[in-house]
Amino acid sequence: MKAPPFEYHRPSSLDEALGLLAELDEAKILAGGQSLLPLMSLRLGRPEHVVDIGDLGILDSLVVEPDGSVRVGALVTHRQVETSAEVAAHAPLLHAAAPMIGHRPIRTRGTVCGSIAHADPAAEMPAVALACNAAITAVSSRAAREIAAADFFEGYLQTVIEPDEIVTRVQFGPWPRHRRGAVVEQSRRSGDYAIIGLACWLDIEDNTITDAALSFFGVSDTPIRVAEAEDVLRGQAPTQSTFSAAGRTAAGVLRPTSDIHASANYRRHLAAVLTERGLAKATAESGETR
Amino acid sequence: MSEPTVITMLINGAPATIEVEPRTSLADLIREELGLTGTHLGCEHGVCGACTILVDGEPVRSCLMLGVQADGKNITTIEGLADPISGEMHPIQKGMHEAHGFQCSFCAPGFLMSAVALLEDNPNPTRDQIREELGGNVCRCTGYKTILDGVEAAVSIKSGDNTSSTNLAAEVDR
Ligand SMILES: Cc1cc2nc3c(=O)[nH]c(=O)nc-3n(C[C@H](O)[C@H](O)[C@H](O)COP(=O)(O)OP(=O)(O)OC[C@H]3O[C@@H](n4cnc5c(N)ncnc54)[C@H](O)[C@@H]3O)c2cc1C
Repeated sequence: MKAPPFEYHRPSSLDEALGLLAELDEAKILAGGQSLLPLMSLRLGRPEHVVDIGDLGILDSLVVEPDGSVRVGALVTHRQVETSAEVAAHAPLLHAAAPMIGHRPIRTRGTVCGSIAHADPAAEMPAVALACNAAITAVSSRAAREIAAADFFEGYLQTVIEPDEIVTRVQFGPWPRHRRGAVVEQSRRSGDYAIIGLACWLDIEDNTITDAALSFFGVSDTPIRVAEAEDVLRGQAPTQSTFSAAGRTAAGVLRPTSDIHASANYRRHLAAVLTERGLAKATAESGETR
Repeated sequence: MSEPTVITMLINGAPATIEVEPRTSLADLIREELGLTGTHLGCEHGVCGACTILVDGEPVRSCLMLGVQADGKNITTIEGLADPISGEMHPIQKGMHEAHGFQCSFCAPGFLMSAVALLEDNPNPTRDQIREELGGNVCRCTGYKTILDGVEAAVSIKSGDNTSSTNLAAEVDR
């Protein structure tokens, strides 16, 4: 259980880091190391070069912009997000998801951007980014680009990020006043990756759902929004029976697979249960009538 | 570089300058190079919690940090808990002792460091909060009850309340 040998680089500027990534073959970015280092210990990953971005102070900011959007730099940890009152106020789904990730020592080092870049389909942060259609900024020595979360995830641990790009930040747009959200999941033990989970929100005006997001994790090779079930919610009153109908639709549309943790049928069952539970939680916490 | 790098850190209050190969985990550095074998290694991929230490006061898995990443950091291991001059045990050590917290104690260093981090942030946690915070540490002997008792005993000791053994008696049914 020891990592294979590699060359270690600790650039002190973003330009230096981008230069290294452009010129080195088989290089991996090291952020919090909470996914990369276990993979290397298990010898599932054998990068020749590890580029540690830990010294790039320019990437460590967690900022609420004047318009209420929340900018999370590449070095911001799950723990910082979990303990920030500003994040709780302006990016409630991000705040709700953070404590569900592993245990505190994992969250001390693991980063939000690292989690999104890693793109584990059972992870919380990618699904939250998708629910909020967060904007992910990737920079290389060639160019900088902004990618909508909806266009970011391609498959199991696969994203549109190129080997010479660094995700420098993820930005969550302003959270509307009438929006209510929640993150719910089912896992075998607290702190484990979810068997299945849901990041969801509802926009409710005059007791009518005007817009909705249902972003599931642990049911596909990427986090996935179920448009058919979101459609069931729009235009309806936020009641238990509306939520149940959306849950049935989600369970019918999703095509989870069976694995060692759960059968496909059980996951589909949980998709319906979590839809009801998540939407009830979102509306209950806001004091909206159900 | 895959050649050794020289790093400097504070380890249990004392400065250390040491050569380390990039692939060496902080846990291996602490155990094998610094000879501080109180930090235990169980799973070596972050799941068991035995190797938990404090880095700049925050709990981390020392198996999931490279030694080179400890450059410039302030590290506390289980060896750093007792008073360095008098040798008097830390309240969490006294509490575990009083409650017979452990049996084989392989997991003890990780539990103690997690508990220290908890009590730093929250000096008076509820039983549920203790349970949640220690949820990332695995013990195969005790069934956890006596470990939770030990943290509660430490809380009483820290707050100067010496009735902790009576509290324990009252908790037998929990
Ligand atoms: C015991 C344990 C339990 C866990 N439980 C959960 C859980 O319940 N839910 C969950 O979501 N996660 C869980 N994790 C993983 C954790 O969330 C990680 O923090 C996260 O997946 C990766 O973030 P990191 O900063 O540690 O990234 P690293 O491990 O440093 O990197 C992960 C991958 O992303 C790439 N990368 C990292 N940062 C960037 C960047 N800025 N730009 C481009 N590429 C980048 C790396 O090259 C690497 O391929 C767990 C981990 C452990 C060890």
